[in-house]
Amino acid sequence: MGYPYSHEKEVPILSKYFGDPEARTLDGWEAREGYQALKKALDMDPEEVVEAVKASGLRGRGGAGFPTGLKWSFMPKAKDKPHYLLCNADESEPGTFKDRELMRWVPHQLIEGCLIGAHAMGAEHVYIYCRGEFFEATQVLAKAVEDAYEAGVIGDDVMGSGRKIDVTVFAGAGAYICGEETGLMNSLEGRRGEPRVKPPFPAAVGAFGMPTTINNVETLAAIPHIVANGGEWYRQWGSEKSPGTKLFCVSGHVRRPGNYELPLGFPLKDLIYDVCGGMIEDRALKAVIPGGSSVPILSAEEAEGCALCYEGVIEAGSMLGCASVIVMDETTDIVHQVMRMASFYAHESCGQCTPCREGTAWVTTILKRIEDGRGTEEDLDTLVEVTEQMTGTTICVLSDSVAAPVQSSIAKFRDEYLALIRRGERVGAA
Amino acid sequence: MADETTGIGGAAVDVVTLTIDGQEVTVPQGTTLLEAAKGAGTEVPHYCYHPGLSSPAMCRLCLVEVEGAPKLLPSCTTTVADGQVVRTNSDDATRMRRGVLEFYLLNHPLDCPICDQSGECDLQDFVFAEGREHGRGRDAKRVLGRDDFGGDVLFYGDRCVMCTRCVRFMNEVEENPLLTVVERGNRSVIDTFFEEGLEQAEWAGNVVDICPVGALVSKDFLYKARAWDLDHTPSICPNCSQGCNIELHTRDNLVHRMKPRTNPEVNGHWICDYGRGRYEWLNRGDRLEAPVVHVEGRKTAMGWTAALEALKERIDGLGIDTPGGKTVKAVVSPFWSNEDLGAVSRLVGALGGGDVVFRASRADEEVALTGYEGLARRKGLAPNERGAELLGCARVGDDVGQGGLDDLANHDGIVLVLGDALDDQPEGFAPNAALVLYLGAYTSSALASADFQFPVTTFAEQEGTFTNHAGRVQRFWPALSGPGTARPAWLVLGALLGALRGEEGPRSAEQAFGLVASAVESYSGLNYETIGAQGGPSAAPLPVAGD
Repeated sequence: MGYPYSHEKEVPILSKYFGDPEARTLDGWEAREGYQALKKALDMDPEEVVEAVKASGLRGRGGAGFPTGLKWSFMPKAKDKPHYLLCNADESEPGTFKDRELMRWVPHQLIEGCLIGAHAMGAEHVYIYCRGEFFEATQVLAKAVEDAYEAGVIGDDVMGSGRKIDVTVFAGAGAYICGEETGLMNSLEGRRGEPRVKPPFPAAVGAFGMPTTINNVETLAAIPHIVANGGEWYRQWGSEKSPGTKLFCVSGHVRRPGNYELPLGFPLKDLIYDVCGGMIEDRALKAVIPGGSSVPILSAEEAEGCALCYEGVIEAGSMLGCASVIVMDETTDIVHQVMRMASFYAHESCGQCTPCREGTAWVTTILKRIEDGRGTEEDLDTLVEVTEQMTGTTICVLSDSVAAPVQSSIAKFRDEYLALIRRGERVGAA
Repeated sequence: MADETTGIGGAAVDVVTLTIDGQEVTVPQGTTLLEAAKGAGTEVPHYCYHPGLSSPAMCRLCLVEVEGAPKLLPSCTTTVADGQVVRTNSDDATRMRRGVLEFYLLNHPLDCPICDQSGECDLQDFVFAEGREHGRGRDAKRVLGRDDFGGDVLFYGDRCVMCTRCVRFMNEVEENPLLTVVERGNRSVIDTFFEEGLEQAEWAGNVVDICPVGALVSKDFLYKARAWDLDHTPSICPNCSQGCNIELHTRDNLVHRMKPRTNPEVNGHWICDYGRGRYEWLNRGDRLEAPVVHVEGRKTAMGWTAALEALKERIDGLGIDTPGGKTVKAVVSPFWSNEDLGAVSRLVGALGGGDVVFRASRADEEVALTGYEGLARRKGLAPNERGAELLGCARVGDDVGQGGLDDLANHDGIVLVLGDALDDQPEGFAPNAALVLYLGAYTSSALASADFQFPVTTFAEQEGTFTNHAGRVQRFWPALSGPGTARPAWLVLGALLGALRGEEGPRSAEQAFGLVASAVESYSGLNYETIGAQGGPSAAPLPVAGD
């Protein structure tokens, strides 16, 4: 069930109890077959759990789409050091609001997923790193963790299994870069939220220098369902390479924006015109950002045949990312939108790597100048070259994230830039 | 295949062979590409990397192409692998480095004409080598201005390249985290914590040395000289017994600053603020410039030949060799070299033997650099106390380097003074002495009445060696020319001994050291060649506790 709107084409698994306040409570969750999957998992060998997740083909929902089961199998089996599972609840990608809803409505689903994951990887401590601005979500989750401790679901003897698993809800201070996995670890440890150089990778040296796996909220929330029903069950939705369902966060110029849980591979066109009720005032579609602000912009033509799965969006010329679909109609000023995104990244750059620290700010300055009608055509070449210098040259991919919208918008909407540069004409200025 | 070879200390080390810019290189496993390239003669530009600090790989300037890697890799953290093919100058690598350098110049004020770093600036060097001819920035630059970080350190924020070497030095090496990065993105700036500045640090001068640009500069050196006008002379810090390897930077025969010289066995890349700040005495103007001889109640300046002739006559007249004749007592300064001190003990020995003592200030506490084992500002505040001890000199006096000379002051034989100007003693020192000979650098009220005052050079004006607290013998070279006719004490004393005994004295510092080495057992096997620029460990026993 989507929230605030729902649609009959949805396959509500993770979002089944969105809008149902009782599902938030421990009793309510148990009444909805909650913690059954955990019980089942605790009776299974950790290896078996990992195999089940591998069989489901579940891919990381944080944006990169790395196969979750494979990631779990990287954790060292030796128990000479503490193992940690981190849940990345620092949902900060502009356009994304799925994790917040998962935490607000079904916190126990996430806790259950975390505990199963901890069992599978031999982790004795789970940290749920919440975005600093998520006040309500963090409070709901913290209450749920408290209740689960009281009920013996978390703690020294998880559901009577003898396994000890602790869960800590940790609130960040509100920085985009703390959603990057190693930046998150630094922040969790009390350091500056700056991504670390890899290698070493987190499975070898992660939080507090120990073997660590980090998963997105939505990924972990899907785990109980996969364990309860088996990997094959999960594959009934989606494609071979992108199995399962996914929450799509739709924002922008559609009649009914919101979260919709749909099978992967769902046509983008149907999402906009059917599920979301079409464009506001039936205006024409201009562009779609299919995966959050750091992926290339799709033009209306490219969006036309795009299937919303990992491989489908790549084929259309962009990336699925965390499936945050930002829909823009004909009144949208693309230059302004790109400038807004660039200034977001300039503000959020941690400042470690030179190309990102200087580049994000420079790109923003040039875009602002173009928007103010003081740009030149050489500025467009400079933007393309500068963003090329920012791609693949830094520790994390924040600087690549600026390059994608800038380069794609100049390639696809060059006319809009030129109109501003040559005649000071602005789209949708009225 | 990984192969075995012998490394430092004779231990077996695994080595790998790789190709850097077409050149085959064999290095120990775990070496970074940057160091391996350096060994092959290629300097990959870098800012954040420093061999004495951790590598955050954040300046992104040392990116190189490694065959098989999907993107360029930072050479400072990527370690070598067998069969690796590395190109530091591929099209991709140079294009990216050119791009990164352009980013550095976006907000840089280009104030090289008034920047102290100019001429020894990595930003200048790398941009000249690889940067774009013209920048494309058209917009206003960010302005941060100047900030006093406390102590000797001044911060020019606009010149900063945010390499964070200074922050990491304070965190990792001094282990006194007084610097940090404030804010983020291109608003980030290095800063102190509120009013708590670097005046609370003991080693903060090193942040100026490791700053690759002119962001952190020394207040003491500010606007004093251009880098290209300075001569650099390898030397040893004279301000404690640690024996840190330094360079004396001089111009117009004046020392302008002291900089650390890397020596992993003694001081790594670092020196302390105490030592660094005490070089002005090398520039003192109140120097003895010519031999002065008291003849019939009058002081007469004369040339060396005449002065030595007069001294020989006086000594001959004292009847040293006759039983019951005059004995010799000497006081020397541990700021003088082994060669000089050795010449004193040889002369004393030739004149029938006698006590040689030295005085030196001692600090209450050591000031350790906690992140670098074995490095501290030692309690002994002179560079050659150990050398004096090994030559049989005894320490006298108190912890400020005064007193302890009653024996000498009342002596009726020959009183020999080297280096120590006896500033704590009254005028007319050793009134009963048959002969007072002062070999020193400075005029002295206590010794103005000496029968002979001979001008000698300081360590900064001659070649020689000091022996540090651990018994390590280290060489220094002349950075300044001595005033007037001042000569090294070993030369003067050697000539005197030659005149008295007919032996030929040493003609070079090297020969003078050879005489010392043959007299001190623990120096056996040491000569200028084996000591080299990095010093040679003598077999001297370790210093007593508390040194």
